[in-house]
Amino acid sequence: MALLTETPVPPPPARDPMLPRIARVREVRADVPEVFTLEVELEEADRAGLAPFTPGQFNMLTVFGVGEVAISFSGDPAEQRRLVHTIRAVGPVSAALTRLRPGDALGLRGPFGAGWPMAEAAGRDVVVLAGGLGLAPLRPALYRLLAERERYGRIVLLYGTRSPEQILFAGELEDWRRRFDIDVAETVDHADPDWRGHVGVVTTMVPRARFDPANCVAFVCGPEVMMRFSVNALRDAGVAESAIYLSMERNMKCAIGFCGHCQFGTVFVCKDGPVFRYDRIGHLLALKEF
Amino acid sequence: MQTADKSTITADGLQALLDALGKRGYRVVGPTMRDQAIIYDDIASLADLPKGWTDEQDGGRYRLARRDDEALFGYAVGPQSWKRFLHPPILPLWRAKRDGEAIEVRPEPATDECFAFIGVRACELNAIAIQDKVLLGGPYVDPDYRARREGSFIVALNCSKAGGTCFCVSMNTGPKAEAGFDIALTEITDSSGHRFLVEAGSDTGRDLLAELPQHPASAGDVAAADVVIAKTAASMGRQMPADEVRDLLMRNLEHPRWDEVASRCLSCANCTMVCPTCFCTSVEDSSDLTGAESSRNRRWDSCFNMDFSYIHGGSVRPSTRSRYRQWMTHKLATWHDQFGTSGCVGCGRCITWCPVGIDITEEVRAIRDSEPDRKG
Amino acid sequence: MEGLEGIVGEHRFFAGLDKAFVNLVTGCAKNVRFEAGQYIIHEGDPADELYLIRHGRVALQITSPGRGAMTFQTLGEGEIVGVSWLIPPYRWSHDAKALEQVRAISIDAKCLRDKCEADHDLGYEMMMRFVPVLVGRLHATRMQILDVYGASH
Repeated sequence: MALLTETPVPPPPARDPMLPRIARVREVRADVPEVFTLEVELEEADRAGLAPFTPGQFNMLTVFGVGEVAISFSGDPAEQRRLVHTIRAVGPVSAALTRLRPGDALGLRGPFGAGWPMAEAAGRDVVVLAGGLGLAPLRPALYRLLAERERYGRIVLLYGTRSPEQILFAGELEDWRRRFDIDVAETVDHADPDWRGHVGVVTTMVPRARFDPANCVAFVCGPEVMMRFSVNALRDAGVAESAIYLSMERNMKCAIGFCGHCQFGTVFVCKDGPVFRYDRIGHLLALKEF
Repeated sequence: MQTADKSTITADGLQALLDALGKRGYRVVGPTMRDQAIIYDDIASLADLPKGWTDEQDGGRYRLARRDDEALFGYAVGPQSWKRFLHPPILPLWRAKRDGEAIEVRPEPATDECFAFIGVRACELNAIAIQDKVLLGGPYVDPDYRARREGSFIVALNCSKAGGTCFCVSMNTGPKAEAGFDIALTEITDSSGHRFLVEAGSDTGRDLLAELPQHPASAGDVAAADVVIAKTAASMGRQMPADEVRDLLMRNLEHPRWDEVASRCLSCANCTMVCPTCFCTSVEDSSDLTGAESSRNRRWDSCFNMDFSYIHGGSVRPSTRSRYRQWMTHKLATWHDQFGTSGCVGCGRCITWCPVGIDITEEVRAIRDSEPDRKG
Repeated sequence: MEGLEGIVGEHRFFAGLDKAFVNLVTGCAKNVRFEAGQYIIHEGDPADELYLIRHGRVALQITSPGRGAMTFQTLGEGEIVGVSWLIPPYRWSHDAKALEQVRAISIDAKCLRDKCEADHDLGYEMMMRFVPVLVGRLHATRMQILDVYGASH
């Protein structure tokens, strides 16, 4: 017999990674129907050892007595006290989160995960491709890109959603559209009679966008189907698979690689992701029910 | 043949070992009979051990039977593994208490129990090592597992009988215990008398051994022990065609065999419960009626459960086929990518305790045999 | 028609097309302009012309009583308005309206069909350019009707 591996017993962790910190809701803002943006702040006593979050990371938010759910940061990484999360009520915990009001307490564990590779984007054009609520985990990246604008080439935001009333962060998009240092294009799948903008799936905007496919990175986030089609569109436009990054989503119960729920073939979405370079997981995306 | 570090003890010596462990404050657990099976629970004396019993195991079959001798460890492994103590089925994580506007979260303290495990098989030593890698060797450390592991004392047992579903030899995980224990025993029941060959595997083990009544091992004792182990190795119930299983499975993810096994699999999750390396868990939050106190527990979960992979609106793996494939490809293939080894130790429990007798070695063989000869 | 030939040859749709073929196509082409709000084609009309957009945005629409004009696709620079000219009965299946000022190359569909019939090599070049547009629109439309952003994400 060969003992397969021998792992020395490490020292006990400084903080139990399953223990939530206490945070307070500071502001709740309604956005598109059923979507709320929560700004929370950790109680002073619970700030010790908290790591700053980077774009693309997420927290596990607890509603005491109800449960815990993974929610991406959706705010500005330059602001580390007010932590912003954009939440759609799809289950009991997320619904309970959207019902919290200023002053209410919630539990917070994080930040977790591998985020958007900002360093990879330096010196290159950046194509940000968002679908639906996928714009939320990408917003921190956009804030960072614009805050250090001179580090990057062209910045293009392509955002697709179901219909005009589902456009997230509409006010912000409007502000960005007016800037000269970022190209913003929005499209909807289903227009209403007042809509004067693009109609069609977000992938149709890739060939229309102006960027250098040979020297760019693409950050893609949205429903998995939309991400698969987006990768095709980017590839058709000449972007290498090693330049495309996706943010994946799977069921999570711990966010620290122990509960096993978020496994996607060889990777754990919580600790190896949620942001993955496409060529690492492309073959897994093609599998059904894997 | 190295006899210098080895000695022999009799049954009295073994009882002295249990007593010494108890006196040092260990909670001594080992094999005992209950509900017509051999399970792991608290033991205080040799009388608690299944003396003179053995097990008969096959796919979906487990029976106890009497031996014609009085061996104390004359059986293979039962439905439980040591993960029952190291990674318990239910673990309270924390409690939160509201007091007006204030709220405080208090972690449940890590256990202060130190376990002494009696009769840990080679496959189980490997299983513990595999769980160590998962729960201690990554970017995060499970503090409860760490405390239980650090405090544990392991008395390994070299199997004198291979189970009907055992295949540790083809997984290179047994039957001889070579590392990861404090003390290792081999039970010998030949004409020279009922005794145990003993060796220490750690300083703690050496200290404890020194307290026991013993004789230095003779060349004959060592040879007898080797015979026991060789006999066990030669009588494995199953064999895993283990060559490059990882690549075999990953290139056959749409093989029709998955449909075939899915027609038999009940998705009952027994295999994951009895498997000594399965580690998946879930959490449950609860509160009292006033909402003043809430708490979170961790409990075992299984990838065979329908909502294991649930994300907005549905499960990623809604079919039994996809869930069986997930379990088997994780255990034998993707575990390599994640943790650098196989996740299977060849203990055979999943075969024995599957109500329909699905045999993981047979499933691998079926897929392998269906491929045209890849040699040359 | 020097200037027009240059414009046709430069349009993204005809990229890589043999000069002789560009010449042939230009024989069926003319420059057109539409003001914002003007209809370019109407559903049911004969599909006599196809349009290569040089500048501006066009909304493809279908109108129904009670719901008015519903836009199912918008097109822009470099893209083609009108594919029904390719197959009988050569009738438009939707409306196309200029959302802003649109400059385009209009190509006489019958003229082009006749020239493709006379020169199958030209016909092949045209098919090889139009079929990808159709396939791309089909894929995009499928994604649209799947409603991937539906209530649950």
